[in-house]
Amino acid sequence: MIQIFFFLLFFLTPAFVFGQGSPLKKATFRPQWKPQAQFAGFYVAKEKGFYKSHGIELTLLQGGPAFSSSEFLADGKADFVTMWLSNAIQMRASGHGIINIGQIIQRSALMLVAKKSRGINKLEDINGKKAGLWGQDFQIQPMALFKKYNLQVTVIPQSFSVNLFLRDGVDVVSAMWYNEYHTLLNAGLNPDELTPFFFQDYGLNFPEDGIYVLEKTFNKDPALSCAFVKATIEGWSYAFAHPDEALDVILEYMSQANVPVNRVHQKWMLNRMKDLIFPLDNSGRIGMLESSDYQRVAGELKESGLIKEIPDYSSFFIGCEIRAEQ
Amino acid sequence: MILLCTVSSAFIFLIVFSYDYFVSRRIIESDIENQARTLALATVNRIETILLSVEKVPENLSSFLEKGSYDERELLELLRTVVERNPEIYGAAVAFEPHRFAKEIPYFAPYFYKEKNGNVQFLDLGNKSYKYIYWDWYQIPKELNRPQWTEPYFDEGGGNIVMATYSVPFYKKVGGKRELMGIVTADISLTWLQEAVSSIKVLETGYGFLISRNGTLVTHPLKNLIMNETIFGIAEAREDKDLREIGRKMISGGSGFILFRSIVSGKNCWTYYSPIPSNGWSLAVLFPQDELTANIYRLSQIVIILGVIGLLMLALAVTLIARSITRPLKAMARATEEIATGNLDIELPVHRTKDEVGRLADSFSHMKTSLKQYIKELTETTAAKERIVSELKVAHDIQMSLLPKHFPPFPERKEFDIFAILEPAREVGGDLYDFFLVGDDHLFFVVGDVSGKGVPAAIFMAVGKTLLNRLVEKGTDPSHVLAKVNKELCRGNESAMFVTLFCGMLNFKTGNLLFSNAGHNPPLLVRSGQKPEWIKVPEGFILGCIEDATYKTEMIVLNPGDRIFLYTDGVTEAMNREKAFYSKERLTSAVEKEKNASVEALTHEVFRSVKVFTDGEPLSDDITLLAIQFNG
Repeated sequence: MIQIFFFLLFFLTPAFVFGQGSPLKKATFRPQWKPQAQFAGFYVAKEKGFYKSHGIELTLLQGGPAFSSSEFLADGKADFVTMWLSNAIQMRASGHGIINIGQIIQRSALMLVAKKSRGINKLEDINGKKAGLWGQDFQIQPMALFKKYNLQVTVIPQSFSVNLFLRDGVDVVSAMWYNEYHTLLNAGLNPDELTPFFFQDYGLNFPEDGIYVLEKTFNKDPALSCAFVKATIEGWSYAFAHPDEALDVILEYMSQANVPVNRVHQKWMLNRMKDLIFPLDNSGRIGMLESSDYQRVAGELKESGLIKEIPDYSSFFIGCEIRAEQ
Repeated sequence: MILLCTVSSAFIFLIVFSYDYFVSRRIIESDIENQARTLALATVNRIETILLSVEKVPENLSSFLEKGSYDERELLELLRTVVERNPEIYGAAVAFEPHRFAKEIPYFAPYFYKEKNGNVQFLDLGNKSYKYIYWDWYQIPKELNRPQWTEPYFDEGGGNIVMATYSVPFYKKVGGKRELMGIVTADISLTWLQEAVSSIKVLETGYGFLISRNGTLVTHPLKNLIMNETIFGIAEAREDKDLREIGRKMISGGSGFILFRSIVSGKNCWTYYSPIPSNGWSLAVLFPQDELTANIYRLSQIVIILGVIGLLMLALAVTLIARSITRPLKAMARATEEIATGNLDIELPVHRTKDEVGRLADSFSHMKTSLKQYIKELTETTAAKERIVSELKVAHDIQMSLLPKHFPPFPERKEFDIFAILEPAREVGGDLYDFFLVGDDHLFFVVGDVSGKGVPAAIFMAVGKTLLNRLVEKGTDPSHVLAKVNKELCRGNESAMFVTLFCGMLNFKTGNLLFSNAGHNPPLLVRSGQKPEWIKVPEGFILGCIEDATYKTEMIVLNPGDRIFLYTDGVTEAMNREKAFYSKERLTSAVEKEKNASVEALTHEVFRSVKVFTDGEPLSDDITLLAIQFNG
């Protein structure tokens, strides 16, 4: 009796589980922040079954500020993570064997914003003013900017809100274009009342979110990594083509994570992600890390003393040569 | 006509109705503005009172900390008492700048707060990874150097309640410099505030909502919007630029009365918004427009229905009245047509009312009766007249038969020629002529004219002629004849008729002519080869007036070829269209022209000349012409 059972199990299980051909490979992914449209492509790819159709049984881990993605990756708690390029280069330079397999955000969403009512209409007007800045990696570009343009700025640590800026406690504030900038607009400030500073306009463009994997994980199964990137890019393309559906997916993930839900804000974020993900050269390619971008970021890190040597680009970025339209 | 009446009534009704509707609406709207303002300000005052009382606590505490001296135990005791004694305060903290409380302690921020069960708990915020110096409640008053209310936030430790914190910086003079020591805070739960605002109930669906300085919804009937949405986000979602502008006015401390589309019901609402002075939040109170105007709307509906019914009834009344007028009029019109064809026996429609139509119908009926009577009388009169006319015809014939009409009357007598024409102006006339032989050698002739015309004149003439015939005999003096005839006529002449007469007795053997005249026109004497001349006639009064009037006889002697031409005044007074008389002159010349013609031709020519002169005008008087030629 038992023999028959095992016999059946042996023969039937593959037919049940891997009925569609090759077996699904298990993988985990952790975005660096809580669910929001910043990661729409991942959630949509998961919901639409793109990972499955690329042979991946993906588990989405909850992101957030409590832990950093780099720790999760280094500790092997997640197979794939997103993090900023500047963060990743520092990890790589400090000896962590991580590689970039897909550069999602091509341009700096990090920006500085000032109020025209405080007399700031151009970059030079910042001189002698108070600026609220986030810490660590968020300060690399602003500091480089101040240095580059010889601006004396009093830096006030910025926490989780833009309220200090709204009440004129600081004159300049750091913001993510897809997030805090919209928060400012939705606190009643009109775009024409604000002076935005985008780092790409000052030669300090830092690509941000990229997909990272441990070198050893990649080497064990390069096809898995590339399938993950490919499915993710399909997710992004789908999200941009079907924004309302994508928003539904994101809002659902947000609700499950008990994150306050605001559709208008997520819509803004998704639209900005579209601006940030597609490169300016209109090539339609998603996921490439250009060498020039890499050298710029690494150069600034070295300049800031955050790294001693610039890691080799070719071993840092392993492009899977995927195009968005595919 | 009915349509015109109805349309103009509807127009008047519409004007009155619109005026009424818009005025009532305006009255209600201004009323609503006052109500909304009062309600909003009352609520703002309630909130403000509590906020101000809460503000006092950290303000007093900070002033104590600035002036007094204290150790850790005293500070904690003070802080605990503050939280315990002030029911509206949820928690209070004194957060120090790093190393300010004591050099060896980098972060010190004792915090007392109430648990759900009311127990006061202690927590040192500086002991955790919670870096309080970067939080809004610390950073904002620090950077601004003045007390501040924070934006509302979810209390992450407590029972999911919305809180706000009032933070007051406190300082110490160090070496003459005022340096920040830390921040004193008081937290309040916004539950009471949410309750205060949600207790605002206006009509069915009206409500109030509160937004923070950033536009975040602090209270709202839609719970999922609270702390999750700003008014600007809603404006963006609704693509409502006006709402965004309203939001900007609200958070900038403005107040106003506006029409606003409710987020809850989507209905237009009259909204009054007013700032809460202490923390710069803004309260709005919404009065749903349709509910406010529901009464007016309902009233208007009733008014419209009544109006429409009224108009229909009016139209009906107008129709009935018009029918009541036009029906008898139409019937009368038909009757008139019938009457016009001559049927006067048609039955007229009966109309009993006493109005104009009734009077018209009465008059019409009366007219018909009169007309019928008149036609009856006319028929009778016409018949009578026809009879008279036929009788007159007979009378004419008789009268004419009285006159000698065969010419030449005495063909055997060559001594004279005589010819006469009498043309009465009517069927019978008052003129007369006559002649007859008296003995073997005398011719008596007479021409007369009875006053008036027609039958009476004719009869009077017949009487005269009969008298003449009876009275004239041989040797009779013409004047005697006239006197006698006059006497006879005067007798019993009650109708006061009279007659002019010229009579003559010609001795056609000798040519002696005796004649007498009673007021008649003098005849013409045409001596052979000479111009006509008027015979001088003796004076004599017209016959039939004065009974004892006397007449004279004159005599002339006629030579062979001489003519006498007699006539009545109907000849000389015959009128043409221009009312000119034929006149004696025309007569004289007409007679002269024909001096060589026979008496018959002369008479006819003169007659013809009169006819030519009058040119078809009816004769105004009888015409008589008589011509005698003495041949010797």
